Amino acid sequence: MAKLHISTKINGEPTEFLCDPNDSMLDVLRGPLALTGSKEGCGSGDCGACSVMLDGRLVCSCLMLAAEAEGHEIETIEGMAEGEKLHPLQQKFLEMAALQCGICTPGVLVASKALLEKNQNPTETEVRYWLAGNLCRCTGYDKIVRAVLDTAAEMREATR
Amino acid sequence: MTDMRYLAPSTLDEAVGAFAAAAGAARILAGGTDILVQMRAGMVQPGLIVDIKKIPELTGIEETADGGFVIGAAVSGAVLYEHPRFGEVWPGVLEAINLIGSTQVQGRASAGGNLCNGSPAGDSVPAMIAAGATVTVQGPNGRRQMPVEAVPAGPGRTNLTPGEILVSFTLPPRAKGASDAYLRMIPRTEMDIAVVGCGVNLTLKDGVCTAARVGLGAVAPTVLLVEAAAKALIGSKLDDAAIETAAAACRAACRPIDDKRGTIVYRTKVAGVLLKRTVAIAADRAGRA
Amino acid sequence: MNEISNKWIGTNTIRPDGADKVTGRAAYAADTSMPGMIWGRVLRSPHPHARIKSIDTSKAEALQGVKAVVTSKDIVEFPVDKPVALGIQDMRWMSRNVMAREKALFHGHPVAAVAAMSEAIAAEACKLIEVDYEVLPWAIEIEDALKPDAPILHDFVQFEGKPSNIAGTLEHKLGDIEAGFAKADVVIERSFTTRPVHQGYIETHACLVSVLSDGKTTIWSSSQGQFMVRAMTSLLTGIPQSSIRAIPAEIGGGFGGKTIVYLEPLATMLSKKSGRPVKMVMSREEVMRATGPTSGSTSTVKIGATKDGTIVAAQGVFYLQAGCFPGSPIRGAAGCAFAPYNIANVVSRGFDVVSNRSKVAAYRAPGAPIGAYAVECVLDEVAEALKIDPLDLRIKNAAREGTKAAHGPVYPRIGLLETMESARKHPHYKAPLGKFQGRGVASGYWFNAGGESSAQVNITEDGNVVVTTGHPDIGGSRAAIANIAAELLGIDYRRVSVLIGDTATVGYSNLTGGSRVLFASAIVVTDSAEQVIGQLKARAAKIWGISADAVVWENGEARPSGDHTGNFPTMTLAEIAAKATETGGPIGAGVQLNTTGAEGGFSTHICDVEVDVDLGIVRVLRYTSFQDVGRAIHPAYVEGQIQGGAVQGIGWALNEEYIYNKKGHVDNPGFLDYRMPVCSDMPMLDAVMIEIPNPKHPQGVRGVGEVPLVPVMAAVANAVHSALGKRYYSLPMSPPKVLEGLDEGTLQAAE
Ligand SMILES: Cc1cc2nc3c(=O)[nH]c(=O)nc-3n(C[C@H](O)[C@H](O)[C@H](O)COP(=O)(O)OP(=O)(O)OC[C@H]3O[C@@H](n4cnc5c(N)ncnc54)[C@H](O)[C@@H]3O)c2cc1C
Ligand code: FES
Ligand code: FES
Repeated sequence: MAKLHISTKINGEPTEFLCDPNDSMLDVLRGPLALTGSKEGCGSGDCGACSVMLDGRLVCSCLMLAAEAEGHEIETIEGMAEGEKLHPLQQKFLEMAALQCGICTPGVLVASKALLEKNQNPTETEVRYWLAGNLCRCTGYDKIVRAVLDTAAEMREATR
Repeated sequence: MTDMRYLAPSTLDEAVGAFAAAAGAARILAGGTDILVQMRAGMVQPGLIVDIKKIPELTGIEETADGGFVIGAAVSGAVLYEHPRFGEVWPGVLEAINLIGSTQVQGRASAGGNLCNGSPAGDSVPAMIAAGATVTVQGPNGRRQMPVEAVPAGPGRTNLTPGEILVSFTLPPRAKGASDAYLRMIPRTEMDIAVVGCGVNLTLKDGVCTAARVGLGAVAPTVLLVEAAAKALIGSKLDDAAIETAAAACRAACRPIDDKRGTIVYRTKVAGVLLKRTVAIAADRAGRA
Repeated sequence: MNEISNKWIGTNTIRPDGADKVTGRAAYAADTSMPGMIWGRVLRSPHPHARIKSIDTSKAEALQGVKAVVTSKDIVEFPVDKPVALGIQDMRWMSRNVMAREKALFHGHPVAAVAAMSEAIAAEACKLIEVDYEVLPWAIEIEDALKPDAPILHDFVQFEGKPSNIAGTLEHKLGDIEAGFAKADVVIERSFTTRPVHQGYIETHACLVSVLSDGKTTIWSSSQGQFMVRAMTSLLTGIPQSSIRAIPAEIGGGFGGKTIVYLEPLATMLSKKSGRPVKMVMSREEVMRATGPTSGSTSTVKIGATKDGTIVAAQGVFYLQAGCFPGSPIRGAAGCAFAPYNIANVVSRGFDVVSNRSKVAAYRAPGAPIGAYAVECVLDEVAEALKIDPLDLRIKNAAREGTKAAHGPVYPRIGLLETMESARKHPHYKAPLGKFQGRGVASGYWFNAGGESSAQVNITEDGNVVVTTGHPDIGGSRAAIANIAAELLGIDYRRVSVLIGDTATVGYSNLTGGSRVLFASAIVVTDSAEQVIGQLKARAAKIWGISADAVVWENGEARPSGDHTGNFPTMTLAEIAAKATETGGPIGAGVQLNTTGAEGGFSTHICDVEVDVDLGIVRVLRYTSFQDVGRAIHPAYVEGQIQGGAVQGIGWALNEEYIYNKKGHVDNPGFLDYRMPVCSDMPMLDAVMIEIPNPKHPQGVRGVGEVPLVPVMAAVANAVHSALGKRYYSLPMSPPKVLEGLDEGTLQAAE
C-alpha cells in the first residue's frame, strides 16, 4: 500500500506526514505525530474525545481521513495553551474541578473553545446541546457546563 | 489488507470518470460520517475513495433568481446553518439537517451523504421530501434530475446507477404563507438515530391549507412521501379532525420493523403523534411567513 | 496530634495532575509507546456458546509481519475443582475469561491473540486462525438459564445436587420473618427486573507490555490497581511478581470495570514469545462485547408494616446475572438492600446465575443499586398504602447508631437520618410540580472498604514534599491527598506533589475500588506525615541542642516551646531540609497498613421528572442528592462523585441496556445505541454534602464514590410513578416501554 504524503498545518506549524489512505486523522495524530492529547473513545463519532478543529470548524478526527488534511489547518488540544499560559477554559476547568478521570477533557475543551469563539454569551441550554457529542461518564456534566458558562462570563468581562 | 486509494478531484467530470472507472469498488466521500464508520466496522472495504469536497459545485449554496435554492450535495450542516437566508426560507429542512449528530458531526455531515447512505432514518430525507426537493445527479451518461423520494431504494441502497454522483439538491421557490417543520423522536435529546421522523411542508391562505407534503422516516424500508396525509390537510383549516385524519394516514403508511431502536407498535403510534406536532409548528411558521 | 487549622482540608485546591490533563499531556495507557513496539490483537469467539475442538494458528504464524500467536495453551491453567481466590476474584474463572479454554462462553470471548508489526497485520492474522467449534445451545437471560432444560455452562457447577446455572447463593437473616409479617397491617410484595448496564468509561482497555530476555516484565496499563495487574498477570503467566513492574498509566474512568485484567496477560505472553514490546488497545465494540457490565437481575421484595408506619418484616430474593463465570455481586444486592432501615425481621437472599454473556465486573457499589431499586420502590408503595409521606416513612424506620443490620454490623454514628431530614427540609422537596411531572425519593447504602494501603512522604532537599501512594487516581484523589499533607505539614498545598507509585516503587496498595482510596490513603499519609513531623522536630531540636519534646510543629515551622520558648528563631521546613545531611540524612517516612474502620455510607435522593405521555419519554428536571460524606477533604471532587453517580443511575433507569439479537450477540455494542446520558439530557445536579465525620478516621473520611449511584434508579422510578400514578417494574423505563404502559384511564387519572 503506497503511503500518501500530506502537507498540512497543525497548531500553526507547517507539518508533513506520510499515511495510509485509510488512516484516520486521529490515527496519524496519535501515531506518527505523537499528539496523543486527542483520545479515541469510540472511533465512530459518538464520544467526541477526538475533537479537533479543521479550518476553524469542530470535527471528530476519527471521522476524517488523514489524507483529507492536505492543504488544511488542524488545531488540537496541544495547541490550546499559549506557551505556559493556559487558555481561560483550561484554567477554569482546573479551578472548578470540571474533570475527574480527564479522558474526555481534551475533547470537551476543544469543543468548548469552539463554542466560545462563535458565541461569547451562550445559555446553559446552548452549552449543553453544543457539547452533546462529548460524552463524559465521570462528572455528570454539571461542573463542565458551569465551567464553560463561567469562562464565557469572565472572557466577556475581560474584553469589555 | 485492502489496498485503498484516495482521490480528491477538483472537477465533477474527473470525479465521475474515476468513480465510474472503478466500478463497484469505489465509494464517494462527502463528510465521511457514515462511510468512515462503516469502513472501520469492516462493513465496506472500498478500493477507491473519491473525495468530492474539492468540487465547487458540490460545496456551494446558491439562491436562484426565482427564490429557490440549489445546495451542493457535500455542503455540511454547519455551513448551511450559517447561510444568511436558507433557514428563513426552509426552517424545516435546515432543522432536519442540523439534527444530524453532534456539533462535531455537523461540521462534516452533508444532506447528500444522508440521502445516499440510504438509511430510512436519515433525518434530512423526510424534510427534503416534504419540501418537494429534487436532486441533480451526474454519471457517465450525463445529468438527470429526480425527486428526492425517488432516490432511496431500500436500507443502504439508492436508485443511482453505477458511476452516478449526487450533485445538488434544488428547493423550489417559496409561496407566501408557506413554511415547513421537521421533528423526530429519539430516546435521548441528542446523539440518537431517529425512531420516527416527520417532515411537513404546507402553505396557508386565509387560514386554509392550500398545499401540503408530508415525509415520514424510519417507519419503512425507505423514507415515505405520505400523500394521504397531505390530502387530509389540503383544503382544511388544519382543524383537529383534519389533523387526526392525517395522523391516521401516517400510522397507516407505516411498515416498520422491531429493532433495537423501537418496536412496530411504538413507531406506528409515534408517527401519528409527530405528524400532529409537526403540522402545528409548520402552520405556526406559515402563518408568519 | 498536631493542631489542624483547616487551611487546606475542605478547600477546592487545584489537583496536582491538573495541568497535565487539561493540556493533553497526561499519559493514559493507549498513549504510551516504546522503541520496537508491535501491536497485539484478540481473536474472539463468533458464537455465544461453543466447545473449542481445536485451534490451528499455523497460517497466521506464517503471515509476513506476525511475530507471535498465543492461545489458552500459553496461559496458566487453574483446574476447575480448586478455587484460587485473589480478592473477590477466582483465578479459575479469570484464566478462562482472558482466554477461552474448553469452551467459548459468550460472543466475543477471546480464543487467541496475535502480535504483529501493525494493527492491520494483526487483524489479518486473526482471520487466518482456524478454530474448530462445536456450537452449543445457549442461554442469555436469567429465565432462560434457569429453565429445566437450559444449556448448562459448567458441568461442575451444582445446585441442590444437580448441574445448574445457579452458581452460588447467599442469605442474610435477622429475627423471625414469619412472626414479623404476622404483625403487619400492610404487606406489599412486588417483582422487578433490571438489565445489565456497562460502566461506560470513555477510555477503552489498553496496555503496553515489555518482557525482556531475562524475564523482567514492565506493564503500563490502565487499571484500578497496579498491584492487581501484577498479581493476576503473574498468576496467569507464571512470571514471579518480583519480575513484574506494573506501572499505572493515567486511567480514563473505571467505575469498577477495571478491577480485573483482560489484555495484560495476553500482551505479556505475546511480548515474551515475540521478544518485543507489545501494545494492545481494545475497540469500543470489544469493550461492549467482552468486558464487564454489571448484572441484570430479577428480584422480589416483600415488606410488611404496621399502621403507624413501622416496618416489621422485609424479605428480598435477588437473582443476578454473573455472565459466563460465577461471581455476580449478590453480596451487594442482598446485603445493602435493607441496610438503611432498622427492621427487626429480615431475610435477604441472593442467587448467582451464569449465562452466555460476558463475565460481569464491578460497577460502583456492585449489586447495591439493584437491591435498592426493588426495596425503595416497594417502600414507596407501603407509604402510599399507609398514606404516609415517603420520606417520613423512611425517617421513621431509618437505621441509626446502634441499629443491627441484617448483613451483620451494628452501626456506629452514621448520618443516614440527617440525609433524610435534610431532604425533607430542602426547598426541592416542596417545590411545585406541573402536569405529568412527579417527584420520587429513595435512600441507599454501601459498605465501603478499607484494606491495604501504602504511602511514602519525602521531604526534598529544597524543603518541599513528595507524597507517593499506591491507588490509581481516577477522580481527583491526588488533590485530596495534597490537601491532607499540606494541612498536616502546615505548608502551601502547591509545595506538595502527589504521585501514584508503581509496584516497584510503593508498597502494596489494594484496588481503587470499594470507595477506599481517600479513606485508606489518608490514613497512611497521615501516619507518614506525622512521622516526618517527628523527624523535623528532632532535627530542629538537634540544631538547637534541646530535647525533641521541647519542639512543636506549627504552620510549617519548628518552634521551641516550654522553657525554651523564644530562645531560638523558628525554623521552616526549608531551613531544616537544608541542614538534613548534617542532622542525620534524608527526611521521609513510609507507612504500609491494612486500614480498617471504613464504615458504610448512606445517601437520600430527590428526583423530579416530566413525562411526555404521547411519546413515553421521561426527562429528569431536577435532581438533588443528600449524602453523608464524613468529611469532604476536597469538596468539589466529592460533589463530582455525587453528580457523576446520579447521572449513571439516570442512564440505568431510563435508557441504558444491553440488547441481544437472535444469534446471542450484543446488538448495540457502541455509544450510538448503548444510550448513556449526554450533556443535553441533564439538568444541573445539586449535591448536599452532610458531614458527619467517621469517628474511626483521622480526618473523618468516609468513602464517597459508590453510594451516589445506589438510590438513583429507585428515585427515578418513584418519580415516574408520582407523575403518572403508574409504576413500571422493569428497567430501563425507555420510551416504548413507558408508552406501552399508558392507557386512557391512567392518563386521565394523571392529569
Ligand atoms: C455520531 C453520529 C451521529 C449521527 N447522527 C445522525 C442523526 O442524528 N441523523 C441522521 O440522519 N444521521 C446521523 N448520522 C449519520 C450521518 O452523519 C449522516 O447520514 C450524514 O448526513 C452523512 O453525511 P456525510 O456527508 O458524512 O456522508 P458520507 O459518510 O460521506 O457518505 C454517506 C454515503 O453516501 C455516499 N455519498 C455521499 N455523498 C454522495 C454523493 N454526492 N453522491 C453519491 N454518493 C454519495 C457515500 O459513498 C456513503 O456511502 C450520525 C453519524 C454519526 C457518526
Ligand atoms: S473517538 Fe472520535 S468520537 Fe469517539
Ligand atoms: S472526566 Fe472522566 S469521562 Fe469526563
